[in-house]
Amino acid sequence: MLKTFRTSDRTLMVLFTIFVLAAPLIMAPLGAGYPDLMQRFAIYGIFAIGFNILFGLTGYLSFGHAAFLGVGSYSAVWMLKLLSINIVPAIIFAVVVSGLFALLIGFISLRRSGIYFSILTLAFAQMSYNLAYSVLTPITNGETGLQLDLTDPRILDTVNETSQVASPSFLGLEMGDTAVVQFLGMDLQFNVGFYISALILIGMFYLSLRIFRSPFGMILRAVKSNQTRLNYTGFNSRPYTLTAFVISGMYAGLAGALLVCMDPLAGADRMQWTASGEVVLMTIMGGAGTLIGPVLGAGIIKYFENIFSRINESVVEGWFSALPDGVTDFLTAVVSPFLGSGWHISLGLIFMLVVIFLPGGLVEGASRIMNLVRRLSQTRKTTSSPSVARPLGDDESPEEPPPGSVNTRES
Amino acid sequence: MDAILLQVLNGLDKGSAYALIALGLTLIFGTLGVVNFAHGALFMIGAFCTVTFNNLLSFERVTLSATELSPWGTPLEIHVPYVELWFGDFGATMIDYSVFWSLLFAIPVMLLIGIVMERGLIKHFYKRPHADQILVTFGLAIVLQEVIKSVYGANPIPQPAPAAFVGSIDVGVWIGMAENSVIYPIWRLVYFLFAGVIIGGIFAFLRYTTFGMVVRAGMADRETVGLLGIDIDKRFTAMFGLAAVVTGMAGVMYTPILSPNYHMGMDFLVLCFVVVVVGGMGSLTGAVAAGFLLGILQSFASMPEVKDFLFGFSIDQVIIYLVAVIILLIRPRGLMGRKGVMET
Repeated sequence: MLKTFRTSDRTLMVLFTIFVLAAPLIMAPLGAGYPDLMQRFAIYGIFAIGFNILFGLTGYLSFGHAAFLGVGSYSAVWMLKLLSINIVPAIIFAVVVSGLFALLIGFISLRRSGIYFSILTLAFAQMSYNLAYSVLTPITNGETGLQLDLTDPRILDTVNETSQVASPSFLGLEMGDTAVVQFLGMDLQFNVGFYISALILIGMFYLSLRIFRSPFGMILRAVKSNQTRLNYTGFNSRPYTLTAFVISGMYAGLAGALLVCMDPLAGADRMQWTASGEVVLMTIMGGAGTLIGPVLGAGIIKYFENIFSRINESVVEGWFSALPDGVTDFLTAVVSPFLGSGWHISLGLIFMLVVIFLPGGLVEGASRIMNLVRRLSQTRKTTSSPSVARPLGDDESPEEPPPGSVNTRES
Repeated sequence: MDAILLQVLNGLDKGSAYALIALGLTLIFGTLGVVNFAHGALFMIGAFCTVTFNNLLSFERVTLSATELSPWGTPLEIHVPYVELWFGDFGATMIDYSVFWSLLFAIPVMLLIGIVMERGLIKHFYKRPHADQILVTFGLAIVLQEVIKSVYGANPIPQPAPAAFVGSIDVGVWIGMAENSVIYPIWRLVYFLFAGVIIGGIFAFLRYTTFGMVVRAGMADRETVGLLGIDIDKRFTAMFGLAAVVTGMAGVMYTPILSPNYHMGMDFLVLCFVVVVVGGMGSLTGAVAAGFLLGILQSFASMPEVKDFLFGFSIDQVIIYLVAVIILLIRPRGLMGRKGVMET
């Protein structure tokens, strides 16, 4: 197995693992070192990696992936309520249920491609959202959201005699447990929930790497570059796209399950189409079709969401307070609408700029810069060195179409 | 019978809104070949044109009364809107009929927004894949929505209908049914008539004017029209502006039915995409027909009888999506879709 594992991939995998495991250390100076946010980094990273397997490889733009996240969340909460407070059955059940759900939706939606596929998935997601709100209230608890209760049966656990609602745990470790370590004057928070999500993230990243390098991944890429031609060569591409759809749905279900393991509350909001839009955004922002891009995008968006949305007007005023009064007021008035509660404006703007100027996302931007640097250094040396190491994480060879460009051809 | 008629009527106002928005979407899609996710935002901006215009109208001059006292002993403040001060009775009626005046206000605003949007952003996306168009307009929709939210706040702002159109009328009597069998709010009837006029106007414009003929020719075969020496791009920009105006006006007139809020655009957009796809991408008649059809279906689905029939499940929230899925699977091009649209 390791024979087919390229050296660059191995380096990437090792670096990724180190980076993820050391996240509390790296994030603390950035003001993002608290457990809740780091858990989100890891979980939404998983979600985006899964989305990328569908969108990045096949080019099918699904606008309904939040439905799988929501289904995963609901089924995980039910397992936590009925079976055991241990997170393992909850996660397994959520992945299975969301996989089945994705099989059903994918089977129908994948009969069409291009914009029709996007709208079909969007319609299905909105339908699930509306159902969760109205008809399925006995299962989803409607607007209140589904949460753990003192009276939950939990047949595998001992009877809960305390007056507190149990919180999800793994082998006796509660998700909320955090060890705080002082280091260079910073509080490093090593959280159980984060490390469980992080280990799963690393595993899922490895899986997506294997999928990218497998013959299966090659066929998915062929679907993206020219599905008609692929069909003419005698391939029936639909089973492959359906498999990709189900895999990415299971990733989303896994992310949903992890979300409720960290905070056992599942609401229908999680299935709304803006939530589907968010994962599209993460993937595009980081770089669709690249390995590391989606995780990067998820991290950046969640970081901005948490950090930017907490900056209010007085903080902004503090930044410019050294300047003359009029200038301070002016700059505050200009900058503050884009921060705090208005951070969505900047998010939308950044997203538009990325789509307009950098359809391959940040990874493409990084590789462009690296190419530029390389060209500059080459012209300076005036010596020719034809073989240059591939930039880390950049997955597209130059002959392929730029990532993010999508084949809208009808089969 | 009367119950059926009532449900049809109930479906008409929503159906009119769907039809108008879907018409705008199809105009843009048919002419420019762009999938515009920011179209719902145009509907919302139209609705907020009414809010803005009403705010402008309600600038008041405050004077202190010389004789009367307010309940707590201070001189009574008299609020007189400037419009009333300047124009007398005409100003008062202007405030009452502000929705219609807002239409006049909205037309130039929407035209400007539409043209700026097309020239500034959409133009650069003609040659890009549809997914990129979806994504960039999605980003734009987020920005527009959040800007409106930061200016007008997150709460819905109720807008009154003109006093003459408040209340309901007995539609049943007109067609010889028993009294009080079919009661229907007047404003919704007005909205339906308005939608009919606009839709008829658009179709007539495309059918009977030279401009419309050129646009239709361009929709059918853009390249040939360009080769004949006609600047089709300019006309398509105008069509984008027109679509923005139609959608904006739909938003203006919808304000008495639904208080404008910042997410109304997104709510309608998803449904209208479904409507366009059901009607058939690029077919104007299809969009209008599907709009009314789905609106009426939705209102039928909310009948208690239907709920009883389905063992207590209410499906009014999901009927549109369900129908869309079924239609797309049976007739992949939609009800009236042309061959070759979105298929190359």
